[in-house]
Amino acid sequence: MSATATVVERPPPRAQGWPRRRIIGYALVCLWIAFGVGLVSYLVVAWNSELFAKYAPSYLQGLGVTLSLVGISITLGAILSLPVAYARMSKNRILSGLAYCYVYFFRGTPLLVQTFLVYYGVGSFKPQLEMVGLWGFFREAFNCGVFAFALNTAAYQAEILRGAIESVPKGQWEGAASLGLHKLQTLWKIILPQALIVALRPYGNELILMIKASAIVAIITVYDLMGMAKLAYSRTFDIQAYIWVAIVYLVIVEILRHGIEWIERRITIHLKR
Amino acid sequence: MQQSVWTLLSWGPDGWLDDIAFGALVTVLLALATLPIGLTVGFFVAFAKQSEEPSLRLAANIYTTIFRGLPELVTLFLFFFGAPLVLQYLIRLIYPDSTIDVNGFVAGMIVLALIFSSYASEVFLSAFRAIPKGQYEGGYAIGLSNWQTMRKVILPQLIRIAFPGLENCWLSLLKDTSLVSVVGLAETLRAANVAAKVTKHSFLFYGVAALVFLGLAVLSSFATSAILRSLGRREAQR
Repeated sequence: MSATATVVERPPPRAQGWPRRRIIGYALVCLWIAFGVGLVSYLVVAWNSELFAKYAPSYLQGLGVTLSLVGISITLGAILSLPVAYARMSKNRILSGLAYCYVYFFRGTPLLVQTFLVYYGVGSFKPQLEMVGLWGFFREAFNCGVFAFALNTAAYQAEILRGAIESVPKGQWEGAASLGLHKLQTLWKIILPQALIVALRPYGNELILMIKASAIVAIITVYDLMGMAKLAYSRTFDIQAYIWVAIVYLVIVEILRHGIEWIERRITIHLKR
Repeated sequence: MQQSVWTLLSWGPDGWLDDIAFGALVTVLLALATLPIGLTVGFFVAFAKQSEEPSLRLAANIYTTIFRGLPELVTLFLFFFGAPLVLQYLIRLIYPDSTIDVNGFVAGMIVLALIFSSYASEVFLSAFRAIPKGQYEGGYAIGLSNWQTMRKVILPQLIRIAFPGLENCWLSLLKDTSLVSVVGLAETLRAANVAAKVTKHSFLFYGVAALVFLGLAVLSSFATSAILRSLGRREAQR
């Protein structure tokens, strides 16, 4: 062993005094503190217990609508993403081409346009839908939202699933085949446990994205959390309506983000060295 | 009165294609106007996040936590309805009787830049982390100043590493522009909205709007692959 290998790299000396970046950093933090204090003091000054008593229950109700919308569409999307991911990975050119087009359409156009396409667009097919008895379903804005969101998230989830499955080395499939496991067993017992570790973070991001995106159903007259805020604002013209809703969304997203990080730490414990 | 699909989609007073094309132009302009601001802010936020100074990191982390955590629509509404109040309050301290109107394009641009920059900063940050420390030390060893090292050594590599991530950010920016239609900016979706309300052909016009966005996505994927190729070629020459 040479002598140089024993030289330990010294940590860089800590910056003393007030270098420029520290001044800028403190200034920015002070700016944030001023912003926070301003916001809190505004909320305290503008506190109106009558308004709060009137709208807090409706916000809670809206939160329930938001969560159920996201929950239903994520679940439906997960189910729908299985055949899409399968088709996307299949060797059949037509099947994989169709799945590619599906994914490209739903990832390439804004969710708002898709939601409008479903909510306003189904009106153009009213006679046909009445014939098959689906008109009652699409007349509800909530159902239209769920329909559009499920199709959208299915495209994203299919890509996540495909990426995760393809991230597992091919040798795992071959090893399983040489042990005499058939395809489905291999997928279930060997590939998926490894793939899902890779997929957890993208799935979590997708969940957060859906929570955030669900605010747009307020535009198609669903009274979710954002819809309630819009209603409260249009009645009172009080900007507090949006500030409170922003706080609620921020809290939900932060809880989810930290929860996902915690789960990821737990399930990758065996990979740590 | 039943008009044929082709009359509805024609160019001119009877058709709506010119309105939608104008909307598409506004969409592209909005996204292009947001891009430089968002990239610059995102770069500096990432720069602050990888700094050794804890206060800088804290400030940058608060920024991204807020703008990545809030739904785009909520940010837009907060800004669109809230910013005039704050501005009016501040300006009335000086000029007592003035009113402020927020332009939809400017409000959209600022909100989209806030969102874009907080996502782009994550991309820049991971690119910063991918550049080995030896590059900074090398720059220092041949006598470059900090700024020169950044500009001549780090940035060229940073852009190449960050490019695919930035492409994703650009695509979601393009899609997020549709939200600005909600506060009344006459972009693609708004134009489709008006056309659908007037003619009652909702599916047709929202379908056209979807195709416009799809076309823009395809166009930008061509553009980005051309840029990527030229970046790769320049790397190969060295």
